[in-house]
Parts: sequence; C-alpha cells; structure tokens
Amino acid sequence: MVAPSLKLQDLIEEIRGAKTQAQEREVIQKECAHIRASFRDGDPVHRHRQLAKLLYVHMLGYPAHFGQMECLKLIASSRFTDKRVGYLGAMLLLDERHDAHLLITNSIKNDLSQGIQPVQGLALCTLSTMGSAEMCRDLAPEVEKLLLQPSPYVRKKAILTAVHMIRKVPELSSVFLPPCVHLLHERHHGILLGTITLITELCERSPAALRHFRKVVPQLVQILRTLVTTGYSTEHSISGVSDPFLQVQILRLLRILGRNHEESSETMNDLLAQVATNTDTSRNAGNAVLFETVLTIMDIRSAAGLRVLAVNILGRFLLNSDRNIRYVALTSLLRLVQSDHSAVQRHRPTVVDCLQETDASLSRRALELSLALVNSSNVRAMMQELQAFLESCPPDLRADCASGILLAAERFAPTKRWHIDTILHVLTTAGTHVRDDAVANLTQLIGGAQELHAYSVRRLYNALAEDISQQPLVQVAAWCIGEYGDLLLEGNCEEIEPLQVDEEEVLALLEKVLQSHMSLPATRGYALTALMKLSTRLQGDNNRIRQVVSIYKSCLDVELQQRAVEYDTLFRKYDHMRAAILEKMPLVERDGPQADEEAKESKAAAQLSEAVPAPTEPQASQLLDLLDLLDGASGDAQHPPPLDPSPGGALVYLLDLPCAPPPPAPIPDLKVFEREGVQLNLSFIRPPENPALLLITATATNSSEGDVTDFICQAAVPKSLQLQMQAPSGNTVPARGGLPITQLFRILNPNKAPVRLKLRLTYNHFHQSVQEIFEVNNLPVESWQ
Amino acid sequence: MSLGNIRQGKLRLQKWYLATSDKERKKMVRELMQVVLARKPKMCSFLEWRDLKVVYKRYASLYFCCAIEGQDNELITLELIHRYVELLDKYFGSVCELDIIFNFEKAYFILDEFLMGGDVQDTSKKSVLKAIEQADLLQEEDESPRSVLEEMGLA
Repeated sequence: MVAPSLKLQDLIEEIRGAKTQAQEREVIQKECAHIRASFRDGDPVHRHRQLAKLLYVHMLGYPAHFGQMECLKLIASSRFTDKRVGYLGAMLLLDERHDAHLLITNSIKNDLSQGIQPVQGLALCTLSTMGSAEMCRDLAPEVEKLLLQPSPYVRKKAILTAVHMIRKVPELSSVFLPPCVHLLHERHHGILLGTITLITELCERSPAALRHFRKVVPQLVQILRTLVTTGYSTEHSISGVSDPFLQVQILRLLRILGRNHEESSETMNDLLAQVATNTDTSRNAGNAVLFETVLTIMDIRSAAGLRVLAVNILGRFLLNSDRNIRYVALTSLLRLVQSDHSAVQRHRPTVVDCLQETDASLSRRALELSLALVNSSNVRAMMQELQAFLESCPPDLRADCASGILLAAERFAPTKRWHIDTILHVLTTAGTHVRDDAVANLTQLIGGAQELHAYSVRRLYNALAEDISQQPLVQVAAWCIGEYGDLLLEGNCEEIEPLQVDEEEVLALLEKVLQSHMSLPATRGYALTALMKLSTRLQGDNNRIRQVVSIYKSCLDVELQQRAVEYDTLFRKYDHMRAAILEKMPLVERDGPQADEEAKESKAAAQLSEAVPAPTEPQASQLLDLLDLLDGASGDAQHPPPLDPSPGGALVYLLDLPCAPPPPAPIPDLKVFEREGVQLNLSFIRPPENPALLLITATATNSSEGDVTDFICQAAVPKSLQLQMQAPSGNTVPARGGLPITQLFRILNPNKAPVRLKLRLTYNHFHQSVQEIFEVNNLPVESWQ
Repeated sequence: MSLGNIRQGKLRLQKWYLATSDKERKKMVRELMQVVLARKPKMCSFLEWRDLKVVYKRYASLYFCCAIEGQDNELITLELIHRYVELLDKYFGSVCELDIIFNFEKAYFILDEFLMGGDVQDTSKKSVLKAIEQADLLQEEDESPRSVLEEMGLA
C-alpha cells in the first residue's frame, strides 16, 4: 500500500508551511484526495484521523461535505475515539438542512441508553447543538429519562438538551415542565443552573407556564440569598463573588416572573436590595451581578426607593474606570430615561462628561442620553455643552448632534431670540450635516418672530459675509435678506452693534452667492428670488437687479432660467403688480396645506398668463401635504400602510379606499391562527356600493416574549373567486404586544359562493423558522351571502 | 451564541448554536472579523453587529468573540469568555495559540463541556476539567496496541 496517511498534526504543519494561498490549496487538495480514497476504501482504523484532518481543512474554509457519512459511521462505532471525532464532525458538518442528519438519531438513541457517561455526554451535546425538530421529537423520551438519573454529569446535560428541544418543538414543554420544580431542590450548581435556564425558556414561551412558575419565586429568592450570604467557595467563586453565573441566571428569571406582578415583585424586593448593596464591585464578576440586579429592579414592580437605588448604581457605574462598565451604564440609562426621568437627571453632569469619551460607541450613547435629558430648566446649560461638543465631535456623530440640538431647541427654547441664535450657531458649525428641513424650520421661525426680523437679518448677513459655503446657512440668509432687506439697511437695532451696510454691498453679496461654484442650484434659486424681492425693498434704482435677472434668462439651469424669465416679465409687463407680488410673506402654516399662501398668490396669478414663482418651500413637504389632503378627504377608518416598499404603493392604496361611509352592520372578526402567543385575526368589510367585493384585513399580533420577524402571509382562494393581496404594513411584530402587521385582501365574489381561504404563514420566532399551512372554512356567512 | 477566535483573519475555532447555511456562516464570519479587527485597543469590549451584540476580548494574538442577544448580560459574557480561556490554560498548561491550532479538537471538546446550546453547563472549573480528563482517559484505553501495529503495517 501507499505510505501511511499523515497524522493530523503533520498535516497542520504542512499547511502552515505553505508560503502562498496557492500552495496551501495544493497541499489540501492532495490530502483531501487521500482522505476521499481512504473513505472509499472504508478503512475503519484510521477513519477518525481522516475525519479530524478533514474537519481542520473545513475550518480553513475548504469543502468537506464528503465527510458527512463518515461522521455517521464513526458515531456508530464502539470506540470512544471514533465517537468523539464523529460527534464533533456531526456538529460541524451536519445540520437540519442535510437529509443525512436524521440518520444519527438511532445512534444517539443507543448512546443515550447504554450508560457510559462520557458517551452519553457526547450524544446529548450533539443533540443540543444540531438536533432538528424531528430528532427532538424522537429522542424526547430518552432525554426525559436521563433527567432522573443519579449522575449530575448526565443530568445537567440532559436539562440543557431539554432547553434546546423546547426551542425546536414547543409542544415538548408539557414533557419538560413537570420535573422542574423538583429539580430546583438540587444542590448541584450545574443542575440548578440548567433548571433555571429551562424554567426561563418555558416562561418566555408560554403565559401559562409563567403563571405556574410564579409559585417558585420564594424558593428562588432563598437560593439566591444563600448564595449571597455564603462565604467564599473555591469551586464556584469568581473574584470573591459566589457563582456569578448562577446569580445572574436567577436574577434574570426573577425579572421575568416579577414583571407586571405585584405579589412576586414584593417577595423579591428585600433580596434585590440586599444584592444591590452587598455585592463586591471591585471586579467585573461583581459588577455583572450588580448590572443584572439593576435590570431586574427596573423591570419589575419595585418600590420607588429601590428604583432610585438602581439608577444610582448606574450613575456610579458611569464613574467606573472600566470602559465596559461605563458602556452598560450608558445603554441602561438610555432605556430608563423616559420612565425614570428625574432619577436619571441627577446624573446629568456625569453623563455630559462622558461626551468626552474617546471610544465612539460610548460618546454616541452619551450624546443620545444627553439629548434625552434636556428639559426646560436645564436647556441653556445643556445647549452650551452640546454646542461645544458639536464643534469638536467626530464626523460621524455630527449629523446626529446637530439634529438633536435643533430638536431640543425647538422643544425647549426659552426665547425666540435664543432659538434663532442656537440654530444659527448650528448652521455655522455643522451646516453640511443638518437635515433638509432645517432650512424650512428656520425660515418659518424667523418669519413668525416679527420683533426679531431686524436682528435676524443682521446676524445672517454677517454670517453670510464671512462664509458662503455652508448651503443651509446661505439659503436661510438669502431668504432673510430678500424678505427683510429694508430692515438691514435701516442701521438701528438695539440687539447688536449698529451695522453700516449699503445697498450695493448687499446686492454684491447676493450676486456672489449666485455665481459661486459652491452654491447648489437650490441656493442659487434662493439668491435670485432674494435679489428680486430687494427690488421693492431698496431705495435705489433697480438697474443692477434687472441686469442680473436678464443674464440668468439664458442660464443653463432650467429652474433658474424659468425664474429669471418670470422675473424679467414682471419688470417689463407687470411692473404695476411687482410690489404686491413681492410683498412680505405671511406666516406659513406648517402642518395644514398652505391655504393662505396659495390664496394670496392665486389672486395675482389669475391675471398673469404665466405661472407665478412658487413659494420657497422644499419639494418634499409639498408631496406630504398632497397625501394629507387625500387622507382627510377619504375619511376612511383604515390606516394606510407606512413605508410601503413598492413605489407609488401608498398612493395607489389610498386611491383604492372606498370613499363611501362605513358599512351598515359589522361582520364579526375571526381568529384563524394561534401559536405561542402569535395570533392571526381576520376582520371583514363589505362595501355597500359593491356587493361582490369583500375586504379582509389580516392582523398579526404577538403577545409572547420573542419578536416575530420576516413574517410573510400568502393566501389562495377557490377558483370561482378572485383574490388580490396588498403589500403588508411590515414584516415584524415586536414582542409583548408590539405594533401588529396588517395586510389587506380584496376578494371578488360575484357568484356569492362560500368564501374559503388557504393560508400559508412563514416567520421567525424565538430564532426558529416557522411554517404553517391551514385552511379557513368557517368564515362568517355575512362575508359572502 | 457563536464563539470564534481570529488572528489577523484566521479562524481557529467556531461554534454555532443556530442552524445557518455554510455560505451564510462564512459571510458572517468574514463580516464579524472585519468589524472586530478594526477595533482600536482603547475601545470597549462590546459592539453592535446586525441585530446582535458582540462581546469580544483579546488574549495575546487571539480574539475571542461571542455574539449574544439583546436581553443578555454583556458583563457576564466577559466572565464566560474568561472562564473558557482559563479552562484552556489549565488543560494545556499556559496555553498559547499554537496549542489551539494543533489541538483544535481538544479546544472543541473543552468548550462542549463548558457550554451547551449556548448556555453554561457547569460553573465549576474543577468539574469541567475532570470531565475532560475522564474522556481523555477513556480515549487512551481505547487506543489499544493493536492500532499501533496496524499503523506499522504489521497486522
């Protein structure tokens, strides 16, 4: 025969010795050929070695599928060496997608029952790593038996295997729930830990199990208390903290049991206070327990004093020299800032200090938290800090910081002038990072503050004179100068130093903006319109303005060209109307349609043959107003789906809505599906003006502890009916009653045939993919007769 | 929860507790490697990746990464990683990267005695190491002289 096959370690040496990727590939391909041949020959002695080598190259990214059957053979062997590698191979190479995986079920069954602990351990471990739903169903009885075995080694593994089985096959909860209460009496930490994990899993999946296990709260409290008060144990302590893994797991279960339940929360109150105050905080292990305690306190119905204690612990965490601790503190405080606002406010100075963190993930959270802490009493101080931060913060945070400041300013501005100053400062510091609507917001704000027109236009003029590169600033400044140019030239304003500006300077500045290559087309539009408005605000003659307007009549930019042509026409043919048209704008209503504006413009427009220059509002808000109008007119109870993926989908839907008054007699809803807290409900509408039409709204809700994602519903109807499905409102339903998904079905049933539906649901829940196909035959008679 | 060590982009161990295709796993590993290797030394041990949280810790030339879910405790995960490294250290006697490379199956066996389905099985170092020892013993008993002779072609 050929030379004996390479040992694993020799192969690894050879691979590492390869100087290039190509060389490595060569070595591996050669060896894989040998391995394949060896598998074909069916050599039982070296099989485990060949598979081990194969697993190594698999880890490097090379294909190893031809080893799958070998795993099976090795697992079936009686040698422990073979089983060890075989099971490892199964965990690495096989999963429920491969048909071969079912074939190990029998071997696992045998290994579980033959009583050699290490072998049972291997089998259980493999089952819990890659066991599919079928395998779990088959092997559940075996695992159940092992729960009662005397050996803790096997029992602890069996318990965790049960956890996996329940994840795969929720019905098995009924098998594994009964032993739990008894298992809680065990002393062995591994068994306790596994049991608590199992109970947690059961409670998260089923409200009935949750209710059932509330009765063990006193026992859990006792277990934790014993742990905390027991002295140092070499076996389970970490940094002086008794079994932090077990403590954390108990705390987590207590959180789930105490949530929304007064009585349970009461029972655990004292213990939580004890853990919160007595845990050693010098090392990470203690802080891990403390952190979990805080999370539990905040999530259950705890006494007010305890909540404040918890927030204070987080505040202390913020001062910890360990970056990781500061991170979890910031994340948690962010979650609490709405519900426990005043408690978190107490730590505001520390939070603001965290803005200086060098680690971007920390400074980002500090920013979010700081913004959430701004209120009417601290707004001036906070804005100062945030503005300072804006000037020096890393570029990827700048946009969020800018928009955060603008939002906070809008909500809490003590005076209008302060507000204008703040926005101005943001525009000059981070102009390129502000959102598009900042311009509209500022113009509206200024427009509405009549007493500040003079102040605003001067400040903006100064800012513009210094720098014409920041587009949002330039746009606002141009607009302002156009509107209030007369106030700019008046010279007197108590708020700031007197400014001597003459008309030529103002015009020159606007022309500069017009001509600059840094100016966006929109900006130039603003500048041109401003120039035009100045023709009625300034005293001097308008030749210069007329000249500029004339030049832009042949501008390549179509928008500018159109404006220039219109303005030029205003000068030539409609000069008597120019003053009226270019009058100061009335205050624009932000939310409703621009009724006043349009009414004013349309009066003058009626006499012009060409279109009037549009008000300087960004295009986006006009589109939104359009949709608002349609929605208002239809008066239908249905809510149009937001964020529809298909373009034009939202509009199509709205137009499709029946505009008639609501149907006479409501048809009862029908629940058609329920699984682990996920429900699908159908509601029916038959528009009176179209008796053949049936509108069904399918609503998917989720009362469980786990989110539902990638939810897709498909439907089919009998041939005599016609079905049209609209796009769903989304494909995620968050846990614990999060926003449901709705989807509309339109069914045409001209023959009044009984309506039947076949539904297919696919979604992810508790990290498993679920597929359900079922028929709905019991629709209410009123839906089709 | 998945666990992997990486060093200048080479994977030394990966454990998946979720059924995903090989292709998808490769993609995720590549992505995760990039993200973790881009971290600077002074940054915290936690980062957000896809819809998960990743806890990572560097020991010499190896990064140990653990992906956990939203409600999991990051700090205790750090302890978990540390415990695993301690187990390796005790087993190999001052473990270094080469130990894990040349004895990768052992690294897996140790991990499988410590975690199951992503959850901790046993919080006693002693207990875990004893279990590995017993399994190793069983393996040695298994490898009877017969196979040595066979290797030499004398059986």
